[in-house]
Amino acid sequence: MKLAFTLNGQPVEAEAPPAARLLDLLRETLGVTGSKEGCGEGECGACSVLIEGRSVCSCLVPAAQAHGADIVTIEGLHGPDGALHPVQQAFLDHGAAQCGICTPGFVVTAAELMDRGGKWTRADIREALAGNLCRCTGYQKIIDAVAEVLDAER
Amino acid sequence: MTIGQGVHRADGRSKVTGHALYVDDLQPPGCLYGATVRSPHAHAEVLSITRDPDFDWTDITLVTAADIPGRNCVFLMTEDQPALAAERVLHVEEPVALVAAPSRERAALAAKHVVVEYRELTPLFDAGSAEGNDSVIFAPDNVFKRIRIDKGDPSQVSAGRVIEGTYTTGLHEQLYIECQGMLAMPRDDGGLTITGSLQCPYYITKAIGKLLGPDYEAPGRINVVQACTGGGFGGKEEYPSMVAAHAALLALATGKPVKLIYKRDEDLRATTKRHPCAIRIRTRVDDAGHLLSFECDMVVDGGAYNTLTPVVLSRAVIHATGPYRCKHVRIDGRAVATNTPPNGAFRGFGAPQAHFAAERHMDRIARELCMDPVVLRRRNLLVDGDLSATGQEMLDVGAAQVLDAALAAAESEPPALPDLPGGGLGVTRQLRGRGVSLVFHGCGFTGNGEAALKGKVALELVDGQVRILTGSTDIGQGTRTVFPQIVAQELDLSLDQVLVVEPDTAQVPDSGPTVASRTAMVVGGVCQQAAKKLADALALEVGRDAPFAELLAERTSDMPLRVEHVYADDGSLTWDPDTYQGDAYPTYGWNCNVVDLTVDLETGAVLYQRLVTATDIGRALNPVLASGQIEGGALQGLGWATQEEVVLDDARRMRNDRLTNYIIPTSLDAPELHTVLVEIPYEGGPFGAKGLGEIPLDGPAAAVAQAIEQAAGAVLDALPMTPERVLEALP
Repeated sequence: MKLAFTLNGQPVEAEAPPAARLLDLLRETLGVTGSKEGCGEGECGACSVLIEGRSVCSCLVPAAQAHGADIVTIEGLHGPDGALHPVQQAFLDHGAAQCGICTPGFVVTAAELMDRGGKWTRADIREALAGNLCRCTGYQKIIDAVAEVLDAER
Repeated sequence: MTIGQGVHRADGRSKVTGHALYVDDLQPPGCLYGATVRSPHAHAEVLSITRDPDFDWTDITLVTAADIPGRNCVFLMTEDQPALAAERVLHVEEPVALVAAPSRERAALAAKHVVVEYRELTPLFDAGSAEGNDSVIFAPDNVFKRIRIDKGDPSQVSAGRVIEGTYTTGLHEQLYIECQGMLAMPRDDGGLTITGSLQCPYYITKAIGKLLGPDYEAPGRINVVQACTGGGFGGKEEYPSMVAAHAALLALATGKPVKLIYKRDEDLRATTKRHPCAIRIRTRVDDAGHLLSFECDMVVDGGAYNTLTPVVLSRAVIHATGPYRCKHVRIDGRAVATNTPPNGAFRGFGAPQAHFAAERHMDRIARELCMDPVVLRRRNLLVDGDLSATGQEMLDVGAAQVLDAALAAAESEPPALPDLPGGGLGVTRQLRGRGVSLVFHGCGFTGNGEAALKGKVALELVDGQVRILTGSTDIGQGTRTVFPQIVAQELDLSLDQVLVVEPDTAQVPDSGPTVASRTAMVVGGVCQQAAKKLADALALEVGRDAPFAELLAERTSDMPLRVEHVYADDGSLTWDPDTYQGDAYPTYGWNCNVVDLTVDLETGAVLYQRLVTATDIGRALNPVLASGQIEGGALQGLGWATQEEVVLDDARRMRNDRLTNYIIPTSLDAPELHTVLVEIPYEGGPFGAKGLGEIPLDGPAAAVAQAIEQAAGAVLDALPMTPERVLEALP
């Protein structure tokens, strides 16, 4: 099956078997490995990517759904000059990345929250990030980082 | 000045941009994929291994024990664990064969078509009856290790009242988010490069040297490289040697690169977990609550192979009394073999089990004496000059300070819980409680361990930069950031002048394993000493004494300047491994947890509001990394307390082998974590630092148990305290 879509701002074409997962299309076929597999069943969120601006678990999405879509992975968030996305900068500043394997998924999900705008509390952020698992940080510094970006109320 | 600064992680940018390369991100051309055939039985004879004649084997390579060129063992402390079971399997999920195929799917499929014929034998599951059982798993008597600690003589104490209790803890999974994975690549020179997710590169070179036969035993024939590693927590201390052994066998058999990456279910079912523990404590206490005698009997279930179990038992018995003073102590510990998957290293390494028992026992004493549990702890806690259970004179003790600091920080009101989905409409009965626990944790290896290990670090001055060569790995805790901070501070350089070289055993010396809360304190100390040597060497080369940066600017030679330093203690520590008396650890960290929670009386669910921790870590080399590590460990402790339960089937295989049903805390389950760093310097550590990696996991579970008791009167002495168990324990 031939697929054409936008990946991190660039048009791409790729061949994928009908049952392929989007995660494998990205990682194996296209060699874009920033999105990680932690569970393969949509529990950990390490494979999160943005499709049309919405964060989804790419391990649960058939590759076919990429056709014609605008997809952004962790590799597509920073600026062309290498300037970090505000969420990436906040993760760095707050020490929100430790082993880093869950970081791409958290950053992508938080980037969507930032795009959504609106008023956020820390409790809202905890709920919005509950689909992403981290085993290193206890989430404290992740919540701190995202709260700063979203200008959240305490 | 870099020490004490929360500088960014050295690998932070690559991690937040998704450019950091983990083992499964490496895709060498022509790479094959491996899969493992595992035993469905807990105990059985292997009669035959054959290929399903109806399956297409043309692109598949099959490896069994018969194909192993050298000795069939993954060496660690002993040689009991085979890489592939040959005649007998001793636990469910034990590896019996390997396949390599051009794709992951073909490999997984081929593994299902390997036909293994077994004759089932009676398994031994009960740790309590393992010792001396007729069914011998570990010769001669199924005991991996016995340890006895005697201080004074509890049998001579007749004063006070006897208070007894039994405490149990279950299996606990490390649950690193990146599953186990290894890539083995044959080198052009006939050697083999193994790259993977791991904590201890030199464990692997030692583990598989003999496995691959005489061709690979010579130094340098195998080199091990650490890829960026997605969490370890002990789970990537010893098990990676097994994965590496398998990947290496397949690479040798095929002559091609072979990647072996576990899926989550296989990782959960097959790899090591925290040792289940049953601990009985009998104390005598006076009316004021002072401990007059302390007797403890401990049985640790090691599973079917030795792995690191003797050392886990060692740490458990040494911490058995908790951070309390007692003149008459007897501790009897046994680690036994059962036909269950081997248990192994997990952050805390026996101490969390011991502390849960000791702290719950203190709560029992408080209950029976009608005392405030905090007052009871204050009356017994260790102070400078006290003798520990091993007779060590305790110094730099932070017990009282962390207790005071945590209680002070917990004075403010904890944040309110958000409304639960569904609301409860005010009919839900929820009771609030607070619990306090106090723990200590020995930093570094036990007794003479560090002196025997002789961890080595090299520093090289190349192109105006100091390169740190160390076998210590960064698994998220920040080694690659903190070591440069130490060296930069010592040499008064800026951080961008110091970097850590990629851990590759072809380049870096053996600094000892990345375990035991030893990396910053012990290996960091070796870095500091090496930096002093480098300063001397540069002064000698340039021919005058001046600040390092000044000499560096003057340096004209383009030859690398290299120094090495090997750990050596000052001889002031004494330790007798036979009597378990003496200086068990060079120093200790101290930690207090104050948890605020709510118990839902309808469901038994525990909802965390806030966890305040105060931890004496000697010196916070990087407070952001330090508090981050403490927070992560603390939440693992809360998960162990109420959420994380390994459910086993009749063969003792993990049934809840998915993230859907082995439940680790999410950001919604996690409370706000308030982290206080206390700094009582240890002069043997770099800039006063003590170890901190493990202690945050030691205490939260006991604090939670006390809080549940305070809130709802439910007394729980077994982990995990799932909603069902809480409901059952409600008065």
